[in-house]
Amino acid sequence: MRTEPRRAIPNPLTALVLVLFAVFFVLPVVWLVLAATKTDDQLVHDSPLSFGSWEALRANWDALTGYQSGAILLWLRNSAVYAFMALAITLCVAIPAGYALAVTEFRGRRTLLVATLVVMLMPNATLVVPLFLEVNAVHLIGSMWSIILPYSFYPFGVYLAYIYFGAALPRELLDAAKLDGCSEFAAFRHVALPLAAPVVALVGFFSFVANWTNYFLPYVLLPGSDQVPVQVGLGTLLDNVPQFNPTAGALAVQRPEVALATLVAIIPVLLVFLFSQRFLVAGLLAGATKD
Amino acid sequence: MTTAQARPRRSRAAPAFVAGYVILLAAFGIVPTVYAIYFAFTDSGGAFAGLSNFADAAADFRFLSAIGHVALYLVCWLAGLVVFVVGLALVLHRLRARGVSRALRFLYYLPGALAGAASVMVWLFVLDPAVSPVGFLLRALGYQTFGQVIAPGNLPVLFAAIAFWTGAGGWIVVMYGALNTISPEVLEAATIDGAGAWQTARRIQIPLLRKWIVYMVILAFAGGTQLFVEPQLLSQASVGVAGRDYSPNQLSYDFAFQNDNVNTAAAISVELLVVGLVVAAVFVVRSGFFDAD
Repeated sequence: MRTEPRRAIPNPLTALVLVLFAVFFVLPVVWLVLAATKTDDQLVHDSPLSFGSWEALRANWDALTGYQSGAILLWLRNSAVYAFMALAITLCVAIPAGYALAVTEFRGRRTLLVATLVVMLMPNATLVVPLFLEVNAVHLIGSMWSIILPYSFYPFGVYLAYIYFGAALPRELLDAAKLDGCSEFAAFRHVALPLAAPVVALVGFFSFVANWTNYFLPYVLLPGSDQVPVQVGLGTLLDNVPQFNPTAGALAVQRPEVALATLVAIIPVLLVFLFSQRFLVAGLLAGATKD
Repeated sequence: MTTAQARPRRSRAAPAFVAGYVILLAAFGIVPTVYAIYFAFTDSGGAFAGLSNFADAAADFRFLSAIGHVALYLVCWLAGLVVFVVGLALVLHRLRARGVSRALRFLYYLPGALAGAASVMVWLFVLDPAVSPVGFLLRALGYQTFGQVIAPGNLPVLFAAIAFWTGAGGWIVVMYGALNTISPEVLEAATIDGAGAWQTARRIQIPLLRKWIVYMVILAFAGGTQLFVEPQLLSQASVGVAGRDYSPNQLSYDFAFQNDNVNTAAAISVELLVVGLVVAAVFVVRSGFFDAD
C-alpha cells in the first residue's frame, strides 16, 4: 500500500540542495567560532576552517577586554540592562492588555485592536528619527529610559497575548471565578495568569531578541559611547580595524578580536534560540489554527 | 473568529488592564508619528512649509537612487525568500527521517541569533576573499579583493543574502509547522488519487500556506524598506566607498544629524511611514489574517 506521502530516501538532487543550504547557513557561524581562536596572521594564511590555538583565543580575549579598558563588558552590561528592563515592562504591560482585549468588552476596544495590528506590521525603524526629535524635546537624550521605554512598547506582544487568551482560556472558567465572587483582577491573577506561561515565554522570546539585536534606535538616541549596547559597540570596533579602515591609529583592533566580540555579543540570543524552536512554532500556530 | 461562546463581556476593570499599553502606544506610536508629520510640514522656524520639505528631499541627488537601491534589494530579497522558504519547507516536510528534518530546520534557523549588526560583521569577513571561508568561490567568480566584492552592482544581492541568512530559517520553521496542521488524510487521499509531490504541493499545500506566505512577504517588505544597519556598517568597513546614503533611512539620518535639517529628515520618515501604513492597512483589511473580532 502506498499511503505514506513521506519518502524514505530523498532523491540525490533534493539531498544535495538540502545539504548546500545547510552549508550556507552554518558555514559562516563555524568560521566565526574558529576565527576567534586565531591570530590575524593565521586568519589570512591558515585554512579558513582550521582551529587556531587556545593561546590565541586567550590573547584575543585579553586584547578585546583591554580595548578602552573593558568597553566590551560595559556594552554587554548596557545591552543586558536595556533588554531585560524592557522585557519586564513589556510583560507587565502586554499580557494584561492582551487579556483585556480578548475576554472583555470596553469602549475603544476595537480601535485599540486595529491600532495594535497596524502598528505591529509597521517596522519600528520608521519612527526612529521622529522618536529622536520627541525625546530631544523632553530632554531625555542620554537617559537610559529613552531606550528602555520605546523598547517596552511592543504591539506584537499584545497581539500574541490577545490571540492566546482568546483561544486557550476557557470562558467558563472565568465565569465560574466571577460567580465565586472574584474581581476582574483576581480572575486574571488566579485563573488567567497560571495558564499564560506559553504566551509569556513567546512574548519574552520575541521581545528579548528584538531588543538585544536592535541597532538603529540606540545608534541614533545614545550620544555617549559608554552607554551604547553591544550591537552598536561592534560598529565602533569595526571602525578601528586597520584592514577595514586604514586610518585606524593607536587603537587598532585585530580582526580575530572583532570575531570574538561578535561571538560574545550573540551568546545570550544564541542561548535563547537553542531552547526556543519548539515553543516558537507551537505558540505562533496557536493563533493560526484558531479560525 | 466569531465563535458562539467567545462573546467578550463588558468590564469596568478593562481600562486598568490596558492603561499601561495605551500610554506606551501614545508615547511611542502616536506622538512620534504626529511629531514627524509636524516637522515634515514646517520649516526650521516652525512656520507651515507646505510640501517644500518633500520637494527638497526628492530634489536631493541621493534620494531617487536610494529608493532604487531599496527597490532592487526588495525584489531580490522577497523573491529569494518566497521561493526558497516555501521550497525548503515542502522538501523538509516530505523527508521521512524526522530526525534529519528536525536537525536541518535547526541549522537553518540558527543564524537568526546573529540578526542585526552581528550578521553584518560575519558577512564582512565572508565577503573578504583574504579571510573568507568561501574565498575560493569568490576568486573563481573573479573577485580578488573585498572592494571588488562590494561593488555597487552587487550590493542588492549581498544585502538580500544577509537578510536571507538571518531571517529565512525562522520562516522555514513556521512554514513547516503550518504544513503540519494539514491533516495527513488529505495528503494521503491526494497520493491515492495519484498526485505526485509537485501536484500535492501546488494544489493542496501551497494554497493552505497562502496566508502565511502573504504575512511573511508583508513583514519582509516592511522591514526591507527600513534597510539601515547593513549599508551603514558596510560603509564604515569600506571607509564610505560603498553603502553610504544607500537607503532612505540612512538619508533621513544624514539629513537630521549631518545637515542639521530635521524637517527634510522628517519628510522622508513620513514617506516611509505612509508606505508602511498603507501596506499594513491593506493587509489587515484584505487578508482576514487578523480578523479583529
